Amino acid sequence: MTYVITGSCIKDDSCVEVCPVDCIHPKPGASDFETAEQLYIDPEVCIDCDACVEACPVDAIYPDFDVPEKFEYALDLNAEFFAQTGSTVERTAA
Amino acid sequence: MAPRVAIVGAGPAGAFTAAALLRARGDVQIDLIERLPTPWGLLRGGVAPDHQEIKRLDDTFERQTLQRGCRFLGNVEVGTDLSHGDLMRHYTAVIYATGAQTDKSLGIPGEDLPGSRPATEFVAWYNGHPDYRDRTFDLSVKRAVVIGNGNVAADVTRVLTRDPDALAQTDIADHALAALRDSRIEEVVVLGRRGPAQAAFTSAELRELGNLDGVDLLVEPFELDPVSQQWLHEEGTFTARKNVQLLREFATRGPRGGGRRIVLRVLRSPVAIRGDGRVAAIDIQRNEIVRSDDGAIRARAADDAVETIECGLVLRSVGYRAVPLPDVPFDERAYVLPNDRGRVLGADGEPVPGVYTVGWIKRGPTGILGTNKRDAQETVRCLVEDLSVLPPAPDEGGIDARLPAGVVTVDGWRAIDAHERERGHAAGRPRIKLASRDELLGLAAS
Repeated sequence: MTYVITGSCIKDDSCVEVCPVDCIHPKPGASDFETAEQLYIDPEVCIDCDACVEACPVDAIYPDFDVPEKFEYALDLNAEFFAQTGSTVERTAA
Repeated sequence: MAPRVAIVGAGPAGAFTAAALLRARGDVQIDLIERLPTPWGLLRGGVAPDHQEIKRLDDTFERQTLQRGCRFLGNVEVGTDLSHGDLMRHYTAVIYATGAQTDKSLGIPGEDLPGSRPATEFVAWYNGHPDYRDRTFDLSVKRAVVIGNGNVAADVTRVLTRDPDALAQTDIADHALAALRDSRIEEVVVLGRRGPAQAAFTSAELRELGNLDGVDLLVEPFELDPVSQQWLHEEGTFTARKNVQLLREFATRGPRGGGRRIVLRVLRSPVAIRGDGRVAAIDIQRNEIVRSDDGAIRARAADDAVETIECGLVLRSVGYRAVPLPDVPFDERAYVLPNDRGRVLGADGEPVPGVYTVGWIKRGPTGILGTNKRDAQETVRCLVEDLSVLPPAPDEGGIDARLPAGVVTVDGWRAIDAHERERGHAAGRPRIKLASRDELLGLAAS
C-alpha cells in the first residue's frame, strides 16, 4: 500500500520533516517546490509508516484504501507526479 | 527580563511566526495583536466554508501559540488604538503581519456600479467577517460574472452555484446561507484573461468546479496556441499540464443535467461594465497569448470585437494589495514593507532596529497557507539573531496600561470559540459563527 496526499494540502511541509524515507516531494528548496500546488508521496518508496498522517495539520493524507470519494483521483495524481517530474531516486541524486 | 515581542496581525503569517519564535526562544513573551475580536485571519475569514479540512489548521495554531503562553490581544487596531511609537516604547521587537487588505481594481468604466464588487467582500460576507455582515449582494439576478482565475474566483464560483444544503453543513455565516437559499442565479460566467495553459487555478480547484453535484461546468473546446504549446512542453508546471488535461475533458463531456451552470471563458478580458444605475451587462474582448521580448508569456487583445454578456452581479478577483501602516516604511511600488529577509529597511536601506515583517505584506500576496511557515522561519531567524543586541524597550511590559477598553484576551476568544462550536455541534455543523462585532464582544466579556 501507500499513503496519498489530497487537494487539502497546504504545503506546510510538516510531513516532509517527519518522513523517514524522504519520499514526499517536492521538498523545500527543490526547483519545482514554489510552483507545486501540493506535495506528493512517491508510492514506490512509501513504507506505510503513518508518520506523515500524524504530522499533517489539515488531515490531507490518507492510506490508499481509505481515500474519501472526492479525493479518489489523488491516488493516480501522486504516482503521476513522480512519473512526469522525476522519481524520488532521481530527485535525491540531483 | 524576557524580551517582549508584538506581532501585529493574528492571521496565518502571524500565527506561524509566533509558533516559530516560541520554538526558537521559549523565553520570549509574545503578544499577538489583532484588529478583529477573533484570531487566525483568513483561515477563519478567507478559506471557503466548504474547505473545512483546511480550517483544522486552527487547532495547530492554538496548540503552538495560545496554549504555549502567547497572549492574544484582539479588538485592538494598530494605527488607531495604539501607534507604532507605542509599540516601540513597550516591546523589544515588533513584527508586522497585516497582510494585503485591499483589492486591485480593473480600471475599466462601470467598475463602481452597484452590483460590481470585489470578490473578497463576498468572501468576507459569507465567512461572517463582522465588518461585512451588512453588505448585500443581489442574488435575484440570473447571471453573475466572476473576473479572475485564481483561488478566490474558484471559491466564490463554488459558493454561488453549489447546493445550499451542502453549504449548510459548514460554518458559512447564517445570513449568507439564507441569502444563498433564496438565490435565483442560474449561471456563473468565469472570465480568465489568459489561456487554458496559464489558468491560475490549482488542478484541485478546477477538478472541484467540474465535479459539483447538480452543477454543469461548460468549457468551450479549444486548440492550444503555438506559444502556449511550446511553453507547456518546455516550461509548463505539473499543475499547468493537469489543468489543460482537465479542461479538455470538461470541454468534451456532455451536460451532466445540472440545475446551475458554470461557464469558463478563457482568453477573455472585461473592457466595460454597463448599466443604468446598476450592473446590467459586461463587455468583453478576446485575447491571444504572445511571448514578450523578455520571454514572458502574456495576453493581449486579439481584435476590436466586443461581446456583451448580460449579468446582474460582477465579482472581481484580480489580485490584492497591502496598505501602508502609519509611521512604518512602505514600498509604494511593490506594495510591501521594504525588507531584507524580514528586517524592515528604512529610507537609507538599513534595517530599522526592532522592526520586522512577515507574510503578504513582506513578500506580496503570493503562496498558499504553508508558504507562511517558511516565510515565518526566515523572519524569526533574523529576529533571534538580533535579540542578543536589541536593547529592551524604554517601558518594556508597560503595554497593559495602554490597551483600550474592550480588548479581547485569550479567555474572551475561548468563550467565543466554545460558544460557536457548541451552537454548531447542536446543528451538526463545525461551528455557527457570531457575525457581528457586538455579539462577539458581548460573548468575550461574559
